[in-house]
Amino acid sequence: MMWFAVLAGAAGCYALKYVGSVIPAHILEQPTVKRIVLLLPISLLSALVAVQTFASSQELVLDARVPALAAATVALKFKSPFIFVVLIAAATAAALRYFGLAV
Amino acid sequence: MNAALTDWNAARRQIVGNAASIGFAVAMYGVSFGALGTTTGLTIPQTMALSLLMFTGASQFTLVSTLASGGTALTAVIASWLMGTRNAAYSMRMTPILKTSGPGRLVAVQLTIDESTAMGLAQDEDAFEGRASRLAFWATGLSVYLLWNLATFIGAISVSAIGDPKSFGLDAAIAAGLFALVWPQIKSRTDLSVAFGGALIALAFTPLVPPGIPVLAAAMVSIIVGWVTSRRIT
Repeated sequence: MMWFAVLAGAAGCYALKYVGSVIPAHILEQPTVKRIVLLLPISLLSALVAVQTFASSQELVLDARVPALAAATVALKFKSPFIFVVLIAAATAAALRYFGLAV
Repeated sequence: MNAALTDWNAARRQIVGNAASIGFAVAMYGVSFGALGTTTGLTIPQTMALSLLMFTGASQFTLVSTLASGGTALTAVIASWLMGTRNAAYSMRMTPILKTSGPGRLVAVQLTIDESTAMGLAQDEDAFEGRASRLAFWATGLSVYLLWNLATFIGAISVSAIGDPKSFGLDAAIAAGLFALVWPQIKSRTDLSVAFGGALIALAFTPLVPPGIPVLAAAMVSIIVGWVTSRRIT
């Protein structure tokens, strides 16, 4: 099942790249299509951030991930590099759990 | 002629240098991706297959984190495809500049991602008869491909060694990593509404439908907002 996800996902992503090189330009140049293509990653990534921060399977929970994301937000505000943003979040959650301040 | 050749040599050095540093910057994400892949239940070969074959970071992160949150393989695959749609726009933009055909085209297509496209388009299209744009695309694409895969491998093998990923805050690191990916894309008030709309819809759907589906539901926000705003402009 995992291999199916990996290979089907990869095949589709390659197909999307390939399609762009052969279809007539006017289709993707349509303002509506252009806007949607630009906005899709924003809604998908934001949804993933929300789910990854507040959801535990089908439940909404508040745990160590919330202050960790707050710390990441501050790091992003100060234009920190990617690796620092990730590490500060991980360290915040790990520390809160280690000292028993959050689950 | 000599002066032109010197100019080109200087330009070439600069482009290749930039391509290499982009590769190293991207490698940081690659290590995180490799670590994420193996802690969420993929094997090392599966994690590597994603970096080698899918080779588009946001789609890879999407697929893996959808599976990690309990989504089915099918919802994870669809989410990764939706995330990959922008690459179609990129290769449409790059194809006339690259002037490739046959096997060269098939390789160029695989290397068409955010970084290579941005670098290719950052050059003056007519500079050195288009050679600057082409070199920037190829050098960036190849440098990122090489370092992304190397970094994925390092991340994947190093994490198989640690114990409970939660005690290292890896779940929070995933959220922060995704947040760092979307942050620079939010450039207008509309983008911000789409981001908040997507997040709220995903959370509203979370208790109601199986994991993975809430993220797909959030894609509707982009489709509706994209449709409405493009109509208002024209």
